[in-house]
Amino acid sequence: MSELHTVNKSPFEKSSFASCLEHVLEGSAVLLYEDGIYAATKGTAVEGKLKSAQGVKFYVLGPDLKARGLGEDRVIDGVEIVDYEAFVDLAAEHSKVVAWV
Amino acid sequence: MSEAIKKFLYLNRRAPYGTIYAWESLEVVLIGAAFDQDVSLAFLDDGVYQIVKGQDTAAIEMKNFSPTYAALGDYDVTKLYVEKESLEERGLTIDDLMDLKWEDEDEDWAEKDSIKVVSRFELARIMEGQDVVFSF
Amino acid sequence: MAIEVNGKSIETDEEGYLTNLNDWEKGVAEIMAKEDDLELTDEHWDIITFLREYYEEYQIAPAVRVLTKAVGKKLGKEKGNSKYLYGLFPYGPGKQACRFAGLPKPTGCI
Repeated sequence: MSELHTVNKSPFEKSSFASCLEHVLEGSAVLLYEDGIYAATKGTAVEGKLKSAQGVKFYVLGPDLKARGLGEDRVIDGVEIVDYEAFVDLAAEHSKVVAWV
Repeated sequence: MSEAIKKFLYLNRRAPYGTIYAWESLEVVLIGAAFDQDVSLAFLDDGVYQIVKGQDTAAIEMKNFSPTYAALGDYDVTKLYVEKESLEERGLTIDDLMDLKWEDEDEDWAEKDSIKVVSRFELARIMEGQDVVFSF
Repeated sequence: MAIEVNGKSIETDEEGYLTNLNDWEKGVAEIMAKEDDLELTDEHWDIITFLREYYEEYQIAPAVRVLTKAVGKKLGKEKGNSKYLYGLFPYGPGKQACRFAGLPKPTGCI
């Protein structure tokens, strides 16, 4: 079973997201939440990082997007928006969770 | 004789909610505004996210403090500098920000824009012209 | 701590401010005023209502200076001064009126 990586820090402020992408294996998933959600938004200077990750499924936590005033239309195509329940399901479905804090 | 008025600049560099910095800064600004100084705020780096419009924190069960920025004008804090490059790096434009205004009592409460988008270089110059700079 | 309003017990902090903003009802202001030996008039209610609206919009209790200016604008210049407001709320329009209105202590009040 594959791993679920989680990132909750802004990609502009910390290297958590960049480092996560350098360690994530094909077939794994990355969930962005709290300030990590900014990595999932369109038109940013770091947008290319997410887009160039091959064979990795990205998820972003909807409530954190909403809190920060960012609509679903701002999310990069292909990134799936999930709620808290789905977050828990994802954690359960994967063999383990690797948190990039 | 009143003391000489000093120029205070508050640097806001963090996104809201993920950490406490944004709200702490806002509280300090509101408290400090009682001291009749020349106060301005700068939003740069992730700080520009603090004033993005349409914030709704109901689902994350935290206080949505974004409406409080609209009260700054009442506290005579009328200069909010937003760094252009920081917006651009985040795929944002001024239209994504709250329309923050202040009312000029001397001009029959005419509404004026509080936000001014400035370049990185201009912001550096603004910092240079301050007596005190607080970082959050 | 707590106060009794219409048979209900409502929680307050050690300074007498409501712990939960949503617990407020008119009876809260009436009970608190009674404890301060104050009779609430329409003029008091104007200020209490104003404070609640201000909080609703901006999510903060305004500082006295801000309240004074805003009251002057909304309710007329003759009311937008500290003499008028302290006349209504002798313990301070910020602290006392905010407490009656169920708001937290104004930011910046010590």
